[in-house]
Amino acid sequence: MAGPAALSETDSGSAGLAVSLRGVTKVYDRGVSALGPFDLDVCKGEFVSLLGPSGCGKSTALRLIARLSAPTSGTVRVSRPAVEVSGGHSIGFVFQEPTLMPWTSVRENVRLPLKIAHVAAADANARIDRALAQMGLAEFADAYPRELSGGMKMRVSLARALVTDPDILLMDEPFAALDEITRFRLNNDLLALWRNLRKTVIFVTHSVFESVYLSQRVVVMTSRPGRLSAEIQIDAPEPRGEEFRTSAEYAGYCRKVSNALIPSYAGQPGA
Amino acid sequence: MNSPQDSPLQAPPLSAGQTTPESRVLRLVRILLPVAVLAMGIAAWELVVRLNELPPYVLPAPSAVFRTLIADWPVLSQSLLTTLVTTLEGFVAAALGGVGLALLFNQSKWLEYSLFPYAVILQVTPVIAIAPLLLIYLPQQTAVIVCAWIVGFFPVLSNTTLGLNSVDRNLAGLFSLYGASRLQTLFYLKLPAALPYILGGLRIAGGLSLIGAVVAEIAAGSAGAGSGLAYRIAESGYRLNIPRMFAALLLLSAAGIVIYGLLALTSHLVLRRWHESALGKEN
Repeated sequence: MAGPAALSETDSGSAGLAVSLRGVTKVYDRGVSALGPFDLDVCKGEFVSLLGPSGCGKSTALRLIARLSAPTSGTVRVSRPAVEVSGGHSIGFVFQEPTLMPWTSVRENVRLPLKIAHVAAADANARIDRALAQMGLAEFADAYPRELSGGMKMRVSLARALVTDPDILLMDEPFAALDEITRFRLNNDLLALWRNLRKTVIFVTHSVFESVYLSQRVVVMTSRPGRLSAEIQIDAPEPRGEEFRTSAEYAGYCRKVSNALIPSYAGQPGA
Repeated sequence: MNSPQDSPLQAPPLSAGQTTPESRVLRLVRILLPVAVLAMGIAAWELVVRLNELPPYVLPAPSAVFRTLIADWPVLSQSLLTTLVTTLEGFVAAALGGVGLALLFNQSKWLEYSLFPYAVILQVTPVIAIAPLLLIYLPQQTAVIVCAWIVGFFPVLSNTTLGLNSVDRNLAGLFSLYGASRLQTLFYLKLPAALPYILGGLRIAGGLSLIGAVVAEIAAGSAGAGSGLAYRIAESGYRLNIPRMFAALLLLSAAGIVIYGLLALTSHLVLRRWHESALGKEN
């Protein structure tokens, strides 16, 4: 796809940037303006949440970064990996639904990105095993998606995104449909993964609590067409765990983010 | 719904065929009831014929039909074989043609727009009206297969098209994110996703192929060269050999049931691990 040029490593000044959006807008065919103009910089290794009301263009922004659709105007730049690995892919995407192929096993679902990239079987198997182990799925490798719970399906979806060892992980409200306990558990696992692997994560959510718990920075967006409304740095100590979730500091950040979100809902019925 | 526990958290595969006693009784009833109706129908039919002393050329008794079936088995089995071979050839042609055409249409919108209306026209024109024409222009054996193909291919085509267009949007996005080629998308995504639809189309096409074969044989019957079951029925009609007509009809029905059963079984075996249609009863 002839997308906008990728940031090169020599692009000094922005060498630490993983993703950079400048004046990006998206207008859909029906004339609905979904996004922008929207600016966003995400540093390498950063965990950023996009937070906003439903339909504010958070998912659209994510799809633009993944090149799943093209911006109407503006530029989307995504850094290339320093070293190109065969079967490596710089972006992993996790959708709101697990988006698994129901006709094949967990292992084959995770294999998909490698199969598309023609990775040799031995290499692929080792990587699949590693990704499955990371997500605690080793013993479910031969199960079919329908035999798994919602949380487990999401883990498979994450394992599939990790199997290419991407630099950037894009997550589109991945845990929205899960029950609270499962969501907390996946939140903790995701944080552990992020600490160990130091991926850049852009996490779309409409949950204030989730965004504060997970991210280093919360980007609050306005309602449609989505624009940057506020940015809040979450300077909580690492590693975060259940103590953080119940701390006064956490509650303070949640209040701050909630307040920043209020203007986004202004003028909306039922707000 | 007879699903006592639906525990998705328990990941190990559910053992298939777990049934409660009530569901087993229900299944037995569902088999026994139609059998009982059949037995009563046959008994009533036999009784009517015997009590009224109806001659076999008016209405043969079931026992007479059965005797004819056994006595004429050499002739009838030969005809059955001919019809089955024709049906199979028509079915294979319909399956290949239907899936192939759907794949072509899926790859090129231009081709779809140009040809799809004609596929519809071919489908809505009654095959019984086309058969005599085909018999004029084609050798008889070919004409019969073409007839079976014409009626059989459309459900395969339309179902496959529906299936190929029903691919999960996000999965398609994932494929494009990872830079999958057209062929990879076709083989790893579209075809597996369309499989339940294709199998549904094939199930319809199986029965229709038999109908197509029979229609063509009947149309060709007066030309006299045929030897399939439908030809036997036409021929026996001319000779007022009514018991043999019934016997041939019985074999045709049985053939239709077997074809449907085989295709349904194939569909179930292929889909049983993942598709709702094959899971509904045991889960």
